[in-house]
Amino acid sequence: MLIIKNLKAAINGKQILKGISLEVKAGEIHAIMGPNGSGKSTLAAVLAGREFAEVTEGTVTYMGRNLFEMAAEDRSKEGIFLGFQYPIEIPGVSMVNFMKTAVNEHRKHKGLEPLSASDFLKLMREKKEFVEIDSKLTNRSVNEGFSGGEKKKNEIFQMAMLEPKLAILDETDSGLDIDALRIVANGVNRLKRPDNAAIVITHYQRLLDYIVPDVVHVLYDGRIVKTAGKELALELEEKGYEWIKEHVEEK
Amino acid sequence: MNNLPERSERYYRLYQENIKRITENSAPFINSFRGAAIADFCKTGIPTRKNESYRYTNLDTFFNHDYKSYFIPEESDFVKAEQFRCDVSDLDAYGVVLLNGFYPTINGKLRELPGGIYIGSLNEAAKKFGDKIEKHYGKYVNGNSDGLVHLNTAIASDGVFVYVPKGAVLKRPVQVVNLVESETDMFSQHRNLIIVEDNADFTLIICDHTLSPVKFLTNAVTEVYVGENAHFDIMRVQNEHNNACKITHTFIHQERNSQVSSNNITLHGGLVRNSTYHYLGGEGAGSNSYGLFLADKWQHVDNYVNIEHAYPNCTSNQLFKGVLDDMATGAFNGRIYVHKDAQGTVAYQRNNNILLTDDAKMDTKPQLEIYADDVKCSHGATVGRLNDDALFYMQSRGINKREALLMLMFGFAHEVIRNIKVEALQERMDNLVMQRLKGELSRCASCMVRCDKMH
Repeated sequence: MLIIKNLKAAINGKQILKGISLEVKAGEIHAIMGPNGSGKSTLAAVLAGREFAEVTEGTVTYMGRNLFEMAAEDRSKEGIFLGFQYPIEIPGVSMVNFMKTAVNEHRKHKGLEPLSASDFLKLMREKKEFVEIDSKLTNRSVNEGFSGGEKKKNEIFQMAMLEPKLAILDETDSGLDIDALRIVANGVNRLKRPDNAAIVITHYQRLLDYIVPDVVHVLYDGRIVKTAGKELALELEEKGYEWIKEHVEEK
Repeated sequence: MNNLPERSERYYRLYQENIKRITENSAPFINSFRGAAIADFCKTGIPTRKNESYRYTNLDTFFNHDYKSYFIPEESDFVKAEQFRCDVSDLDAYGVVLLNGFYPTINGKLRELPGGIYIGSLNEAAKKFGDKIEKHYGKYVNGNSDGLVHLNTAIASDGVFVYVPKGAVLKRPVQVVNLVESETDMFSQHRNLIIVEDNADFTLIICDHTLSPVKFLTNAVTEVYVGENAHFDIMRVQNEHNNACKITHTFIHQERNSQVSSNNITLHGGLVRNSTYHYLGGEGAGSNSYGLFLADKWQHVDNYVNIEHAYPNCTSNQLFKGVLDDMATGAFNGRIYVHKDAQGTVAYQRNNNILLTDDAKMDTKPQLEIYADDVKCSHGATVGRLNDDALFYMQSRGINKREALLMLMFGFAHEVIRNIKVEALQERMDNLVMQRLKGELSRCASCMVRCDKMH
């Protein structure tokens, strides 16, 4: 589904990603872990099409297509979803209008008619229950005045509405209490299907108690320095990132 | 009088040439202000950028022009006004059409609405409501030093008169469609007087339109009296072409516990200047002044607001927003003046602007003069770009850039629109703003009335 080869990217001339290679297949959940400043969020941003990072080398192929030839909105319509670490508040744009526009853009892309108002509201209701999001929130402007936890739940809600093929969740667990964490993880697990995949970016192992990854990668200083099964997360939790640093320096 | 600069001199000549005809057709009480007003005008002249409150607005292009006509109507002109029809809107309102600032005679010059409310021609009202006119006319502009207000008092001769007696409540708004139409470049002035007595509740909508493609200069003064415990909403929707200059001065005098909202929405216009004055002249009075403008090409929109807290425990709130595209320029100047005795004052002001290009420009200036101790006052102004993070957030959900930009601008504008209390009107304004942002707004489409549905 997603093949990353020797990806290098810079922000304001500073090299952040220094050659990342990774393959995600349908049905898999990959976790990317790493200390702060290792390039996790930059990787997510590059995949979603945020323009502040400049790709200097390498290729990314998504469903057989060159990802860098696709605009951010087209990546979304082709099934990539980025769950933001810091969801953006958009005053004056209602959640309903925002979601309706997004869903109908996706439908148009698939050659489907826009949803009727009542079908759309029905879909909203269904998905809201799914992430246990307060109905009042969806009557407000996008993320405006939401608490940290509500913002993260809202990301999962949007994911549920758009049903992506490849979900990239950027530190969705940060700042969540255990209940919210459970709800977010539940959302991800319930959306999992054999034909879709997820990349879960996290600093802590905690989230991986709820979302069981098939593969764990450790990102350090712009490179993937270790890849293994789910047991790697536990080892990391136990030994800390210092262990990785030593591991890298030994090499 | 000879020391007036040429740009002001021509308006003095206009006075001299027309004053006989104007006086013959106007009520004596209104005429009684003209002499002093023209003398004041000769002292002040047309404002220049040296006047603090016109610092960011250059009136030269429109005032240094030889207008072929100063409009004084013939009966036949009104037939044209009656034929004006808009194809948009189904706002449920009592409608009035003004042609170049004059009230048409066709339906009689004064019309009675439920509750003993009257709307009609100011000039005509001076006959029937002499006592009301004498009590209020010229009173609320008194002391103002704007040369354009003097010029209006000196030669304006008609406009809308509204009288809402004590306790009268009108559920439907009154809508004034103010058309300007001429075959040659035209200068026109009108003068409105709105009297809303104690405990009354009234909503007025004024829509400004241009009907012909010539150069227009309009200078309008509106005086408003709002009695104790009365509620009054005034909304102005401006949609004129790029060769039109619209200058409005609105003076609102508020008595004790009265609540007033003013809202200026400028969708289109070459040069627009709106001055809004709220005088909080009794304890517990509250005022909201809102404004929204959308400007592109070479358009210039200037909002000047002056809130005067003269009594204790009054509240005021200003919210003005602008979106500027191309080379458009804008200005906001918000003055809050709190008298020494006006303890317990609460006064807020906010002005936010979005520049869509590098060439667009906005000047914003708060002006707070506070002489009381117990005052809660805040002001804030921003001039910036659309939020890139928000734009990307929307794109990352599959919304294309153009649509995302529209939604962001619309969201920005909606913060002003949502304060409109009449729901149907709020919806209509949302639609008009969306059309304007999409570049689909044609001149007539902006009209909110279905004129053919006017009652």
